[in-house]
Amino acid sequence: MTETASHGQAPRHIPDRLQGPGARLLKSWELLLFAVAVAIFVANSFASPYFLNAWNLSDATFNFTEKAMIAFAMALLIISGEIDLSVASIIALCSTAMGAAVQYGAGTPEIVLIGLATGLACGAFNAVLVTKMGLPSIVVTIGTMSLFRGISYIVLGDGAYRGYPADFAYFGQGYVFWVISFEFVLFALLAVLYYILLHRTNFGRMVYAIGNNATAASFSGIRVARVKFILFLLTGLMSGVAAICLTSRLGSTRPSIAFGWELEVVTMVVLGGVSILGGSGSIPGVVIAAFVMGLVTFGLGLLNVPGIVMSIFIGLLLIGVIALPRLWAMWRR
Amino acid sequence: MQVSLTTPPVAESRNGATADAAPVLRLEGITKTFPGVKALDGVTLELYPGQVTALVGENGAGKSTIVKTLTGIYQPDGGTISLGGEPVHFATAQDATAAGITAIHQETVLFDELSVAENIFIGHAPRGRFGLIDWSKMRRDAQEILSRIDADLDPDMPLRELGIASKHLVAIARALSVDARVVIMDEPTAALSHKEIEELYELVERLRAEGRAILFISHKFDEIFRIADRYTVFRDGQHVGSGLIADVDEAELVRLMVGRSVDQIFPQRAHNVGDEVLKVVGYAHPTEFDEINFTLRRGEILGFYGLVGAGRSEVMQALFGVTRPSKGAVRIDGQVRVIRSPAEAVENGIVYVPEDRGRQGAVIGLPIFQNVTLPSLAQTSRGGFLRLSEEFALAREYTERLDLRAAALDQDVGNLSGGNQQKVVIAKWLATKPKVIILDEPTKGIDIGSKAAVHGFMAELAAQGLSVIMVSSEIPEVLGMSDRVIVMREGLIAAELEGEALTPENLVRHAAGIGAQP
Amino acid sequence: MTQFLKSREAILSAAILALLMLIASRFPAFVAPSNLARVFTDTSPLILLALGQTVVILTRCIDLSVAANLALTGMVCAMLNATYPGVPVAVILVLALVMGAVMGMVNGLLVWKLNIPPIVVTLGTMTIYRGIIFVISGGAWVNAHEMSHAFTGFPRAELLGLPVLAWIAILVTGLFFLGIARTPLGRAFYAVGGNPHAAVYTGIDVGKTQFMAFTISGMLAGLTGYLWVARYSVAYVDIAGGFELEVVAACVIGGISIAGGAGTILGTLLGALFLGIVKNALPVVDISPFWQLAISGTAIIVAVAFNTRSGRNKGRIILKRAEGHA
Repeated sequence: MTETASHGQAPRHIPDRLQGPGARLLKSWELLLFAVAVAIFVANSFASPYFLNAWNLSDATFNFTEKAMIAFAMALLIISGEIDLSVASIIALCSTAMGAAVQYGAGTPEIVLIGLATGLACGAFNAVLVTKMGLPSIVVTIGTMSLFRGISYIVLGDGAYRGYPADFAYFGQGYVFWVISFEFVLFALLAVLYYILLHRTNFGRMVYAIGNNATAASFSGIRVARVKFILFLLTGLMSGVAAICLTSRLGSTRPSIAFGWELEVVTMVVLGGVSILGGSGSIPGVVIAAFVMGLVTFGLGLLNVPGIVMSIFIGLLLIGVIALPRLWAMWRR
Repeated sequence: MQVSLTTPPVAESRNGATADAAPVLRLEGITKTFPGVKALDGVTLELYPGQVTALVGENGAGKSTIVKTLTGIYQPDGGTISLGGEPVHFATAQDATAAGITAIHQETVLFDELSVAENIFIGHAPRGRFGLIDWSKMRRDAQEILSRIDADLDPDMPLRELGIASKHLVAIARALSVDARVVIMDEPTAALSHKEIEELYELVERLRAEGRAILFISHKFDEIFRIADRYTVFRDGQHVGSGLIADVDEAELVRLMVGRSVDQIFPQRAHNVGDEVLKVVGYAHPTEFDEINFTLRRGEILGFYGLVGAGRSEVMQALFGVTRPSKGAVRIDGQVRVIRSPAEAVENGIVYVPEDRGRQGAVIGLPIFQNVTLPSLAQTSRGGFLRLSEEFALAREYTERLDLRAAALDQDVGNLSGGNQQKVVIAKWLATKPKVIILDEPTKGIDIGSKAAVHGFMAELAAQGLSVIMVSSEIPEVLGMSDRVIVMREGLIAAELEGEALTPENLVRHAAGIGAQP
Repeated sequence: MTQFLKSREAILSAAILALLMLIASRFPAFVAPSNLARVFTDTSPLILLALGQTVVILTRCIDLSVAANLALTGMVCAMLNATYPGVPVAVILVLALVMGAVMGMVNGLLVWKLNIPPIVVTLGTMTIYRGIIFVISGGAWVNAHEMSHAFTGFPRAELLGLPVLAWIAILVTGLFFLGIARTPLGRAFYAVGGNPHAAVYTGIDVGKTQFMAFTISGMLAGLTGYLWVARYSVAYVDIAGGFELEVVAACVIGGISIAGGAGTILGTLLGALFLGIVKNALPVVDISPFWQLAISGTAIIVAVAFNTRSGRNKGRIILKRAEGHA
């Protein structure tokens, strides 16, 4: 009994891949989305003479950089099968904490640390409720969404914190060189970091495995709760980073800061091709989606179309990019 | 009750089980095609009033497709269905129900949050004034049907509070509530205990006596020969034979199912077991098992036999760190180890191939190679960064050893057959070079070819010095593969059998608790 | 009866009673019938929307577009009234119901026919409906002086000591109790959410049932849209902004399981009342109204923690001797 299973034949060779990288790229969501982005870019350049201006384009990036920072972490969280709707409220709480610190005379390094620490603490709170107590994240984070912003309201009421130190303004208003803002550099850097984390590391692989089947992942020896805990921490941390940038850009803190952003961040992630049911999606997709949303807002803005109307376009895009391929498939059948 | 294993009891001829009775339901030339698969290819099926027709076939033979066609979930691409001689067409599940066809499914498909009465009547609840549901009539009717089948259940009790057997009774009451002419039972005994199965047989008898036509889908030959009047065999979506049970034997049915005559052959093994690898002492759980003591040696295959629900999987999942025992200790190579999670089990060299492949085994949605390397990422990566070439190499090594049939290693594991998915799960664990591999019903629901491959591989693993625990409910498999067998009953170890004592009769007696009597 | 005492609803009722008693011990005026009626009236829009949301959540979906639907319908009604003051309230009511229902149907169709996850669909339609308000109104407000007396007077008109708004909430709640318990559709909501696979076998069309849930939810949002702008005598783009999450919160506090198939109409009613009482009591007990958000957030977390705990599956009992104790 030495040879078994192969029934006397030589083991058959299984190729690594069926399709080359080119074929996979052609069928990818990212390419479709990229085409949309290019089309919007071209349409905008024709529609407005002010569009193809380096400073204007640079300004436009502020429409999405802060949201995109959160969207990277949110993408991982959604791929793992969870969601965090409290991100905008975390921004509010971080900003409030930073503003309060300013009142006690904190300098820029302390403010930044407090912002990041508050974000981490909020993320940890969500993480404990979801991973330790086993509660559904969508409900938990609807709760903490009210709770975190609620604390900001208790602290600030209808008041505001101002008086941030002058050098604190750099995070939201500074430029690294020429038209390249600090925020944009940070966005690009984080995009690369999250790309590596999701697509090039063991951790990223575990995120996908958990999102496709958390039970089987756990039965494969993956510490599911630990991975999810880290993802909630990361999302909280990124909200803290976004809070620093946004607060610095605005120069003040009100409890209504970043109101409604959670849904815009989720929209960005879903538009980027991340399945809301978990298990699939990519960072390049989210990056392109960020640009699409930013370009739409900016382009329509140049045409004097107000932001709220642009949201129609974003909403149509969100549903359309999923609905059209399905409608097409139904039509052909 | 006597269970005969060596020869199937010949079904006594029953009333009406003659060839010339008129079928109540007749399917002819039914064809159903899915993208890439011809699930049903011109099949014929006839059901007779007052008779039980067993439908047998391997997985993928088209049994579940025919059930879905009969219950109006699928519409056939071609062929005719006639009921009482009249051609019928079921556009929806409701049409099928209205025509008097009802199904009791593999997993009792009912509603936990609704009451017993509602589960019986949902879809056709009695209506009162203004077309509103008449709850008091519904309760009365439910009570009446339940008492007809001697089921002592409160109609107002929410279903979630009932056990599996009681849920089956509710499903049967539901079948009776529509005054079904045709009752489909899709592996109804798969999750039932011995006693519950006996009660189910009595109900089948009653349904038969009431003149209903019963389609009984089962993998268990002993029960087919015990309760069926007729048989129909499907293979690869085609009808390959049917007739009276009295005119057929087990070997003939198997020949029809697999298309060739096979005796299940198990690999020959030399019994040379080595040192003790695993020792479990005084393992206990508040509700699931108690006093579990056993040892496992190097190169040994230890069988765990028992009825479904005897606590075997629960013990294994505790060993694997899924659940925590309340008492007891595990020694691996003489060292006491505490295993609190599957991750820790894997670190300690214990791996587990679960029974529920789709949910707990393979990560459907991930490619084959990623499934294989999932627990071995530390080995294939460097500094936490993936190295795809290493992953492909590792995946290739183990999938080829297991003779996996796949188009490519980056194919989604969900596109593989059950047998090949099982090979991927086993390959995943072998790549971690474990000390102990636990296989929970390793060949359940996989085709005979893959079965032989899994058996062969188990033998090879043991020969190479791996220790194997095999949980199985199939007596031939337990007898053919194990060096030693532990029989469990109601959460306790009922017997440990070896050598001469390892006989089918002993297994059954201990599992059923008959062995306890003098 | 004993089953009720162990239920989520009983615990929530007790919590509400305790809350009322606590407030009454220091501010007896709060529990005066007239004030309780005022609190109920104030909570009516939340009750209406939460009832609609309940059937949606029961079928394993979620409707985030209800507040935008409310605002759009409200704006259309207000603009219609401002332009044609003569249109009778009955016509406006029908218009509000139909408009709301159509918007709900759009959600339902996308979920049913194209199988798009409900959270994505309603996230999209939420922003679309909001945007449309701006397009049709040009961002302008419709103010009290532009609305007719009949238009603004309807929800406030008193009938047996209660305003019409409250009566509508009572009527709809009654219809829901009846409809959920005694119509096949009502039971289908539970079946679809509890076990969609099995629902198909009992002849229930899962997608169509979800479509019906969205339609009902939309219809109620539309109805509430008119009542809202009439009651507050103002319509603008951002009315009821973020209200969708308060609505979901009422359901969650009321014990509606986000996983579908579990929860009761009574629970939703109590959940909405709990939020309404907290909101109205804060100024009375001299706590800043800014506390409201944090309190409802905490209530959501406590409620879901409680529901998940009590609903957790126990392993099966195999040991004979363990059977007696369980």
